[in-house]
Amino acid sequence: METNLLVGGFGGQGVMTLGKFLASATCDSTEKNVTFFPSYGAEQRGGTANCYVVISDHPVGAPIPDEADDLIVMNEASLHRFIDMLKPGGTLFVNSSIVESEPDRMDIHIVKAPVTDLALKMGNPRVLNIIMLGVYAGYTGVIPEEVVWETIARKFAKKPGVLAVNKEAFEKGLAIGRKAAEE
Amino acid sequence: MGRVLMKGCEAIAEAAVRAGCRFYAGYPITPQNEIPEYLSRRLPEVGGVFVQGESEIASVNMVYGAGQTGTRSMTTSSSTGVSLYSEGIAFCASARIPIVYVNVARGGPGIGSIQPSQQDYLQATKASGNGGFQMIVLAPSTVQEAADMTYRAFDLADRDRNPVLILSDGVIGTIMEPVELPPAKTEEEVKANKESKRSWACVGHKLDVAHRSWIQPGTFLPARLEERNKAAAEMYASWEPEAEEYLLEDAEIVITAYGISARIAKSVVDDMRREGKKAGLIRPITVNPFPYASYEKINYGVCKGILDVEMAIPALMVQDVKMGVKGRAPIETCLCSGGNIMRKGTVRKAAEELLLR
Repeated sequence: METNLLVGGFGGQGVMTLGKFLASATCDSTEKNVTFFPSYGAEQRGGTANCYVVISDHPVGAPIPDEADDLIVMNEASLHRFIDMLKPGGTLFVNSSIVESEPDRMDIHIVKAPVTDLALKMGNPRVLNIIMLGVYAGYTGVIPEEVVWETIARKFAKKPGVLAVNKEAFEKGLAIGRKAAEE
Repeated sequence: MGRVLMKGCEAIAEAAVRAGCRFYAGYPITPQNEIPEYLSRRLPEVGGVFVQGESEIASVNMVYGAGQTGTRSMTTSSSTGVSLYSEGIAFCASARIPIVYVNVARGGPGIGSIQPSQQDYLQATKASGNGGFQMIVLAPSTVQEAADMTYRAFDLADRDRNPVLILSDGVIGTIMEPVELPPAKTEEEVKANKESKRSWACVGHKLDVAHRSWIQPGTFLPARLEERNKAAAEMYASWEPEAEEYLLEDAEIVITAYGISARIAKSVVDDMRREGKKAGLIRPITVNPFPYASYEKINYGVCKGILDVEMAIPALMVQDVKMGVKGRAPIETCLCSGGNIMRKGTVRKAAEELLLR
């Protein structure tokens, strides 16, 4: 069993952090193999940023898969750039706060989450990626939710001030993901 | 110690420290910057020295100098930067100074691109400098191997008093994977290692003129140089090649690849086997010395062809593969270049085409 995820967005949206947290959680708390491959533009902020996470029961061959099982798009440009990489029957996770287009594919599942708006409402625009990670974990269950949360908590151990807001963000995402999975 | 998620470059850097590397000099270049970044913080913690040189040429010569004191020393760069190492590495080989260096390869020739490639194969394996010297060249295919090979490279360099090269690429350098790090040498072990080189190293021999050290990268006497080159050639001939030989007995198609391309190729072999298609793999682990003997294990009675997979155009390793196969089976290539990363589907398609023959 191998599952791969492609995350696309712009620099500053926490795309790499989302992928890295998922990969870390897999490494720390499961027996599975995992690879995380980052791909940046030259810019620090505002440029394109995307990453690939492959989680597998056997050794991972290609860290950059030919097609994605799951695709998270955090901005409009990533939707257009990567939608054709999503395999038939795959799931598209959309940051519906800023992605306005509807993908013209009928052969995929779509999970919409207004993560930018939710983060702004929470008073911390930076947690949009943690909300989306929650959506992904809640919907796919690719690794257990609590394992993902333990990793997030460990990463923020030195910044206890932001732990609560990240917990809230992750749980908001989980709720959206679980609900979408039920439907 | 359990497994940790690490970037290839960071695993290389940490493994070097654990092997007892106490001197590093290098000059920034993508995609290997995480190695100097990591070591700039880590080496001072263990009493080591980190220098960001003013250039690659300065850096390799600092490593040449540090190696002369018996200190385990390393430099790293990428492709076009490694070209600038040529003179310094040739001096290390000539003077028999053990050093380790890493090429996290990117697109070329020249400044090329910052994305991963395998276009430095011939430079790495045949002529990393002038004068026909040879080196053991290790090619990691996972982050775990990158760590293990770096750790081991220091032992090989010391054993032979010769440079050792890790030929990696921008994928292995930048992906994160779980890795179990090798054990850290104690300070006593690091000291003992340095002390073991006292017979030749420039460590200060006071007025003991008879035993003083003299590092000689050359000589004006052709007869003496020939003797030294003969001794080096004997050492090169003693090296044992290493390779992964996978499912060759009944293989109707054998894919051959090293490093990043090899792990992608191996997953294609596994996919094909699951469908009952008889594929096998030869993965050179040492790309120098090249494992020509592995190609003797192919069952040429049933093998329809060899598929050489490389992230290089033109194909480079294929020259060695031809010498191993000796015309006993057709050889096709599956290639990409310039920073494009090999796709599993591309390898699969090429393998299927060869199987249909």
